[in-house]
Amino acid sequence: MGQQDAPLIATDIHKQFGDVEVLKGISLEAHKGDVISVIGSSGSGKSTFLRCMNLLEIPTSGDVQVHGDKVLFKVNRKGVREPADRRQVERLRSQLSMVFQSFNLWAHMTVMENIIEAPIHVLGVSRKEARERAEEHLNRVGLYDRKDYYPAHMSGGQQQRAAIARALAMNPEVMLFDEPTSALDPELVGEVLKVMRGLAEEGRTMVVVTHEMAFARDVSNKVMYLHQGKIEEYGNPKEVFENPKSERFKQFITPSY
Amino acid sequence: MLDLHGYGPSIMRGAILTIELAFLSLLLALVLGLITASAKLSHNVISKGIATFYTTIIRGVPDLVLMLLLFYGGQWALVELSDWAFEVSDGRIDFFIQFNSFVSGVVVIGFIFGAYMAETFRGAFMAVEGGQIEAGKAYGMTGWQVFKRILFPQMMRHALPGIGNNWQVLLKTTALVSVIGLEDMVKLAVEAAKTTYEPFIFFIPVAFIYLSLTAISEWTLKWLKNHYSAGVVEG
Repeated sequence: MGQQDAPLIATDIHKQFGDVEVLKGISLEAHKGDVISVIGSSGSGKSTFLRCMNLLEIPTSGDVQVHGDKVLFKVNRKGVREPADRRQVERLRSQLSMVFQSFNLWAHMTVMENIIEAPIHVLGVSRKEARERAEEHLNRVGLYDRKDYYPAHMSGGQQQRAAIARALAMNPEVMLFDEPTSALDPELVGEVLKVMRGLAEEGRTMVVVTHEMAFARDVSNKVMYLHQGKIEEYGNPKEVFENPKSERFKQFITPSY
Repeated sequence: MLDLHGYGPSIMRGAILTIELAFLSLLLALVLGLITASAKLSHNVISKGIATFYTTIIRGVPDLVLMLLLFYGGQWALVELSDWAFEVSDGRIDFFIQFNSFVSGVVVIGFIFGAYMAETFRGAFMAVEGGQIEAGKAYGMTGWQVFKRILFPQMMRHALPGIGNNWQVLLKTTALVSVIGLEDMVKLAVEAAKTTYEPFIFFIPVAFIYLSLTAISEWTLKWLKNHYSAGVVEG
């Protein structure tokens, strides 16, 4: 598959917060059907990297493109880099749905309203069609009977599954997961991972920032290990987990007890 | 029914003026409050400075003093302005703005309460979780859509109690406009009481009208509060 066709390409992403360089040149290429796990200890920059891809953080340098549509940047009066075309950013974001660590379902809307919100107001889908599709996605994540609940009335696992349904409703090119199970009680992690595994098997393109080593090893087809803002290990999970080249990665995946 | 010595209809007219004045001032105060709160929360140093100056002045000076200052001062400023325009244009610009006391009442009260509303809105905006807004952005919403669909409805729940308090005080503050010559129900009651030497007959009904207005407001606020509390777990 050619470069232009890749759903998501991030090239040489740098990100600086004040004097601290959090990302030191990270690149990623997600092809159709790829499930890329991004792992690393906290502070390694993995969440920041994910947030650079949908421009919730603006990379200090480096490029992002979705299906060959490359984000244009300019330097503003204060000398800070920012996207040149807000429309382009909105379009790009609507093609990359994000699932957040703390769910971030809109609290004043029911599950159904959460799911149809962006398809109607961003993609311009009719309300009727949006509702029909939402029902399919709700069935998919096993929450059809909760469609009229407000987020605050559901468990964390249910909220995260609803958030995944919201992401699916955009029919995205790539789904971005930002530590989707880190805020969940241990007994609720399984139900969310099961849904994610199903999506991977369906051939969805996913980039998953996670602490779940089993998911990284068994579900994804590429693993990226970040350490202090750099890629320390990258490759097929079977190879990297069995024969890690980096000593740090070896320590990272070896239980310390 | 009390006949109020024939002053009943005129006091009712005054009551209607009070209501109109209060509603229009509220509208202006809400708009000014939203703009000022946004300015205070923005990263622009100049708009932040102007907004802070405005709220500091208004909150530190008594309402009555502000009203007299803006009313008489405003009148004077307008006359000076038209004189100046007449002079520099050699008489080609010749305008005279009649100072309407109803409009100035609305402007003055709206201006005062805009500052209080600004503080209410600022706190309410800050109470909305950042993740809610971020989710809106991440799904491709425009800034306006994020404001209209997410930020505003969630902010309103936090702002309503404060708006309610401000409204009650605003409603009662309208009584001050009698000093700038507006014929609201207080001014008319004062005149009737002076003429008939029977203050209780006039001021008790006026007090009851204020009381019923605030009671209706209370009930409306409760309804609004329910409306904007969808999805909230009472704890």
